Amino acid sequence: MTIDTADGVEAVGVAPAADPGFLQRHGTTIEYILIPGAALVGALAVFGVFVALFGKNPLDLYFYMYQGAFGTSFSWQNTLTRAAPLILTALCTALPAQLGMVIIGGEGALLIGALAATGAALALPSMPPLVVQLAVVCAGMIGGGLWIMLSGGLRQYRGVNETISSLLLVYIALAILNHLVEGVMRDPASLNKPSTREIGAANMIGSIPGTDVHWGLVFGLIAAVASYILIYHTVFGFAARVAGGNIRAAKIVGLGVGKLIMTICFLAGASAGLAGMVEVAAVQGRTNANLAAGYGFTGILVAFLARQNPLAIIPVAVLLGGISASGGLLQRRLGLPDASVQVLQGIIFAFVLASDALYGRIGFLKGKS
Amino acid sequence: MADGTIGLWTVPLAVFGGAIRVSTPFLFVSLGECITERSGRINLGLEGTLVMGAMSAYGISYLTGSPWLGVLAAGLAGSLLGALHAGICSLPRVNDIAVGIALMLFGTGLAFYLGKPLIEPTAPRLPAIDFGWWSDIAQLRAALRINVLFLIGVVLAPVLYWAFRTTRWGLLIRTAGESSDAARAMGYSVLEIRLKATMVGGFLAGIGGSFLSLFYPGSWNEGLSSGQGITAVALVIFARWDPMLCLWASLAFGGAAALGPALQSVGITSGYYLFNAAPYILTLAIMIITCSPKRTLTGAPAELSITR
Repeated sequence: MTIDTADGVEAVGVAPAADPGFLQRHGTTIEYILIPGAALVGALAVFGVFVALFGKNPLDLYFYMYQGAFGTSFSWQNTLTRAAPLILTALCTALPAQLGMVIIGGEGALLIGALAATGAALALPSMPPLVVQLAVVCAGMIGGGLWIMLSGGLRQYRGVNETISSLLLVYIALAILNHLVEGVMRDPASLNKPSTREIGAANMIGSIPGTDVHWGLVFGLIAAVASYILIYHTVFGFAARVAGGNIRAAKIVGLGVGKLIMTICFLAGASAGLAGMVEVAAVQGRTNANLAAGYGFTGILVAFLARQNPLAIIPVAVLLGGISASGGLLQRRLGLPDASVQVLQGIIFAFVLASDALYGRIGFLKGKS
Repeated sequence: MADGTIGLWTVPLAVFGGAIRVSTPFLFVSLGECITERSGRINLGLEGTLVMGAMSAYGISYLTGSPWLGVLAAGLAGSLLGALHAGICSLPRVNDIAVGIALMLFGTGLAFYLGKPLIEPTAPRLPAIDFGWWSDIAQLRAALRINVLFLIGVVLAPVLYWAFRTTRWGLLIRTAGESSDAARAMGYSVLEIRLKATMVGGFLAGIGGSFLSLFYPGSWNEGLSSGQGITAVALVIFARWDPMLCLWASLAFGGAAALGPALQSVGITSGYYLFNAAPYILTLAIMIITCSPKRTLTGAPAELSITR
């Protein structure tokens, strides 16, 4: 190995074809699995110490987490049901990340998507279910897509930072949702918890046959695979990655950066909007403030843990879906507060980000033998 | 004017009172973030710091009976979170915006976790100074019951303005923010300057949180902060990293946030939630007006990742 810069990054990236050892060829891939995995283990260990400080046995903690997430077929179904919206909201962060944008407003697009989907279903009262379902899917995607496109447009044409604008739009989306749900869209029968009317049992999208997992999971899988193909196997995706790597180079070779940003942001928002639609049409059956359950924020963590790779998002979403599914069991068996899942998520996030410093620095993966 | 019957004057009066009362957390968080961002780093985690500060202040005030110890505890909790942010950010190739998002999750989660037993009990609150003793109008007196923390914040803004311009520390922070190479060439550690700036920023943001739980609204629950921390971070951007502009902007925000409840108190309830979103809409609108794709913002520290 001759190209060994002080930084070590380039050395891994352009490992020469001569002396093709296994580690040298797959060093980067192994890093992408090993380092986030180590970060996850480290975070779990720190969380174990944290819980031990409150007099709980960390081994019990890990046991119940496993039980609640993957221990029984019931917990698997619970996990997968939660993974579905997480895949979709994670794409809302991962797609713009290809352009070097940090969008953290998936929660807002989810809420607007849910509102649009509910509105579409309620506007078509006597249509056949298939038509309504199609309209609901389209409305959810368009609603969420336009919402994030707003952030993208502000960034491109007004220079407004997209991270902050997308986060502000979360609070604005929540206000719009509350305003409509307590106002024109309110079901007069919903007294304690203001909600819209139900979209109707016939229009719900139901479960995958033989399971209690709803079709949202399939939507999520399709969206993730389609995003992967779009980013890594199309000219459009290549252009997006070029623009993300060096925006000036992209402009010089004549790429329409504005169009790229708007399209990617629309797709990202559409994905989160689809998550909102799934929550309405497969879980809640109506729109109310319950929808702001934090899937949008956990999705950011999923995207970062998956290193913004759409395919890697799938297993990571299942993992984090499992952690949040185990929250209930932790509450019942160990008496931990419901916020413990959020604490763990925060610790994982911090560890994963800190582990970014390790890439290209693990000696045996550089193939120095 | 007979007392109690001031009719529609209630609204501007409540907005004025609200501007003073609601603006305090905005003011402290934005001043803290101003220091951090001037040193060349952005800490989006101040939302979590604010909630953590609110919880620790309430807890310590309840346990010791002294709300001022609570304020101190909130500041210390905030600077610990700041140290954590700066510590992770000082590793190579770590994105400070992403770390901020992580600490936002972690701070709020930790506060809810530790604060679970604090929802029930009542803690001693911070005292207020009655500036409205000369008036007979109840609403005016209510509006003029001003907390000491607000006055401290109002004094702090010009002090920071002066400190940034004339003191050695102010110059060092600005150097680290404008050009880390220059600071390094002068023999200072940029990471150390940023660590200190982030810790001081976290201290102030924590105090802002203590105001929420110890004065207004004056209790601890999980819905205490709804994005004030993040709004304050955005506020710094259109205050052009100038502490005095942070003060005026915070007052404007407080007024905007008080608009919904004020209108509700005179019976205008439609659009309550939309008025509640007024600070966010205002932030976004001002950012749209003042930003431009063609130039970087005037007054922006050159090292700040958000402007590059």
